[in-house]
Amino acid sequence: MAENKTFTPLPDLPPPASTVGFVGWLRSNLFSSPANTIMTVLAAVFALWLIPPTLDWTLFSAVYSGGSEACAANPDAACWPFITKRLPQFFYGFYEETERWRVDVAAIMLAVGLVWLLIERLPYRQFVGLFMLLVYPLIAWALLYGSVFGIDFFPIVQTSLWGGFSLTLVIALTGIVISLPLGIVFALGRQSKMPIIRTICISFIEFWRGVPLITVLFMASVMLPLFLPEGVTFDQLLRALLGVALFSSAYMAEVVRGGLQAIPKGQTEGAQSLGLGYWLMMRKIILPQALKTVIPGIVNTFIGLFKDTTLVLIISLFDLLGVVQAAIADPNWSVKSVPYTGYVFVALVFWVCCFGMSQYSRYVERKLHTGHKR
Amino acid sequence: MTDSVQTKAPSGDKSFWNEPKNRSIVYQLLVLLIVVGLGWSIFDNTLKNLEARGISTGFDFLSSEAGFAIIQTLIEFNESSTYGDVFIIGLLNTLLVAVIGIILATVLGFIMGVARLSPNWLVRKLAEVYIEIFRNVPLLLQIFFWYHAVLKAQPGPREVFKSGDQVYFGVTNRGIALPEFSFAASFDYVIWLFFIGVAVSVFVKKWARERQVRTGQQFPVFLATLGLTIGLPLVLFLILGIPVEAIPGEMTRFSLKGGTTINPEFIALTLALVVYTAAFIAEIVRAGIQAVSYGQTEASRALGLQESVTLRLVIIPQAMRVIVPPLTSQFLNLTKNSSLAAAIAYPDLVSIFAGTSLNQTGQALEIMGMTLAIYLLISLLTSVFMNWYNSRIKLVER
Amino acid sequence: MSETATQNVKSSSMTDEVAIRLEGVNKWYGQFHVLKDINLTVKRGERIVICGPSGSGKSTMIRCINRLEEHQQGKILVDDIELTDNLKNIEAIRREVGMCFQHFNLFPHLTVLENCTLAPIWVRKMPKKEAEEIAMHYLERVKIPDQANKFPGQLSGGQQQRVAIARSLCMNPKVMLFDEPTSALDPEMIAEVLDVMIGLAESGMTMLCVTHEMGFARKVADRVIFMDAGQIVEENEPEAFFGNPQNERTQLFLSQILGH
Repeated sequence: MAENKTFTPLPDLPPPASTVGFVGWLRSNLFSSPANTIMTVLAAVFALWLIPPTLDWTLFSAVYSGGSEACAANPDAACWPFITKRLPQFFYGFYEETERWRVDVAAIMLAVGLVWLLIERLPYRQFVGLFMLLVYPLIAWALLYGSVFGIDFFPIVQTSLWGGFSLTLVIALTGIVISLPLGIVFALGRQSKMPIIRTICISFIEFWRGVPLITVLFMASVMLPLFLPEGVTFDQLLRALLGVALFSSAYMAEVVRGGLQAIPKGQTEGAQSLGLGYWLMMRKIILPQALKTVIPGIVNTFIGLFKDTTLVLIISLFDLLGVVQAAIADPNWSVKSVPYTGYVFVALVFWVCCFGMSQYSRYVERKLHTGHKR
Repeated sequence: MTDSVQTKAPSGDKSFWNEPKNRSIVYQLLVLLIVVGLGWSIFDNTLKNLEARGISTGFDFLSSEAGFAIIQTLIEFNESSTYGDVFIIGLLNTLLVAVIGIILATVLGFIMGVARLSPNWLVRKLAEVYIEIFRNVPLLLQIFFWYHAVLKAQPGPREVFKSGDQVYFGVTNRGIALPEFSFAASFDYVIWLFFIGVAVSVFVKKWARERQVRTGQQFPVFLATLGLTIGLPLVLFLILGIPVEAIPGEMTRFSLKGGTTINPEFIALTLALVVYTAAFIAEIVRAGIQAVSYGQTEASRALGLQESVTLRLVIIPQAMRVIVPPLTSQFLNLTKNSSLAAAIAYPDLVSIFAGTSLNQTGQALEIMGMTLAIYLLISLLTSVFMNWYNSRIKLVER
Repeated sequence: MSETATQNVKSSSMTDEVAIRLEGVNKWYGQFHVLKDINLTVKRGERIVICGPSGSGKSTMIRCINRLEEHQQGKILVDDIELTDNLKNIEAIRREVGMCFQHFNLFPHLTVLENCTLAPIWVRKMPKKEAEEIAMHYLERVKIPDQANKFPGQLSGGQQQRVAIARSLCMNPKVMLFDEPTSALDPEMIAEVLDVMIGLAESGMTMLCVTHEMGFARKVADRVIFMDAGQIVEENEPEAFFGNPQNERTQLFLSQILGH
């Protein structure tokens, strides 16, 4: 027999130059075939047509200082003084100037709480979460309105004076805080074996999901006063909040139902075999798993809700878009570039918030995926 | 034996409350009581409030004269038209925006969704930027942008056209001016030929399929259909000497007379709805295509199927079952979102019926009821379709 | 040939005609050199088993043969047709080369029968009836004609893999590639798939199998190839390969997979 040969791997050779590096990247991503090359050229022409003028308009040629005269002198570029001069109004609305520190305090508390919840290394996150969910809304209401449960803490600021981005936040956060628990209740009700409860929950969910939010706001504004006994009145903001909360809880219920259905039946059987009752099983076994799987869906509902807050301007509440819309109509600023600038500013604010939320939900999704796969 | 022990159940368990059946009945009665009580109180309050305000309930108002003008009417509308007519016009305008919006948004959405997966880096990035921008900006803002910042900022007709101009095309703050098309009688033949072409195409498709089943021979059905439905009518159209006349509008001293004008409210609303919804559709299409595992493509390649057949028979049927359900809900969203028309006074159902008519008549209950019923009906029909579709395409698994 | 009676399967279906030839094939994934200078000639009717540790490039190599992967240097000839970017050639070769995957890759939205008739109807342009007859013939051969109208999701893993084999056979391929056909299966289902593959080998099909089923290799292979680090380290007749491996890398690998 021949002697045993020894296996020595050949050395790794470098790949052909045309398949790697920058040239390889260009070849495979932009010019892999004639059709692809044509597409690249067309797309490049389109991008060149669109992007440089946009950047020029918003940044390079834009007016940064002065007043409406400066903008009128340069009508083909963004008019940023319009934004900077009115920034306080865009944030506080018509909130009394001497009391605006109260809005600041509420906003700072909110920011601290949210950051605390998003950073996973910080301790006591559960405690902070409960605080933000249960205690913070009361504190915020006391700060913003001045009075809770009939106890006056500060001079009262009527809700009709609220506005701007702070009002957008109030509506969105109220919707979020109310819609999640309400949505869970309705989702459980819809899955229930009791026919009457199930029917009621299905009707509720399908009703709100079937009608546009704008009609809901109309109803809240026009019909709610009819529904209430004589003498009981609701402030316009509260009516809008009620409408938004009920509307979004129906959407939330459907998201949660998706999570409940994704839990294998074995989980229920396992829990039942251990002798857990319905509520205990839901609380300890089913809901934690279900909610975890639908975090992206929940965040998407929040994003939708956040964008939908702009609709309140139709029942004459001045959220960020409403305030900017009103400012655009100001005759002192009747310059061609002002409406564009105003809308671009609002778009930017909303885009940052919504894109941020969607990136966060993608991050969570990725993190959940690295866990056990089913 | 232990029989006697077993038959004797612990007496505590026999109590009323521990029978699941009883418990369920009590719960349900309780909930029912609350819901009915709430409903009754609302009903009672409403009646009292209406009485106090002197508003009589009922649908009599539908036959009384509306007496306001509407900028876009698909059916005859004049001073003597009733609130019933307003309802119909609003509904038609809503449906018009919805149908046109759905068609355009689907086309744009599919293009963007496929572009999002393009092997071409630049195309992919442009599609991604489009999706991420328009998805994350409120729809109402987009409507305002197109309406107030773009369309209403155009110069007026008197600045665009000179007196006496024949206007074939022009963009002004009154909308897009187009000529009015007048079709000669012989144009009917073209229409007829088109319908005949459609009928023949259906037949050809059937025949081609049967022939393939029988002999294996294939037939270019798509090209044949294209020729029969578009090609032949086009040829006839040219032979007849183009039996269409475009009558331009004419600029008088103050305004544009004649011609067709697409009003800016309609354009802004449709444009915003299409651009916004298409961004969502693009994401749905992308997810649908990605949901078909790459193994499917490899397997069909390994079988020697051509790329076009792979796409048509393997990828698309599988992607569609992922795409269609969320796509339908986007269609529904677009229809519901068209109610934002009220913000720029496009005369849709919400704007002129639940808005103007409600303010004029005060019949809040009836008008809101009718409006909500229409939207609920549309949702109901959609979900009936969805259930049918889902049960038809469900993958069979063990 | 000097075959013993026990190796009855290895009837000399092997001819001198060349079915597949790989000459100096190199392939990279980015900077990673997966295939290094592969030379391999497969005769018509020859049965080859390829083994080796994971990441050694064995799957990549057979996936190059029907162009599921693209090689960057060297030549691959199938039936004397060279594999280049030419789509016509690629299509022609894929028509003649069947493949079975580790995860079956059946089309879940089509029935078993439709899975089998899809390619004959659309590629071979066969009448439906004829295609169905052929499909039923092969489904009988893999012993599941009664499942013809079920959907893949309703079948067990072993049954699905047998359908996948039948699906390939319906195209009447000249060469069959198997990419770890049994590694996603439960042990009791491996036998039923291997039985089908042995039957196929007996019928004289040219086969390239990436598998770690050494019993199968002993029984049917004309040649066993051991790959590591993107190279063919050793190739030999199964008896010699298992009985007297020449290379220490091969010895180590064999001791690892046969050692218990």
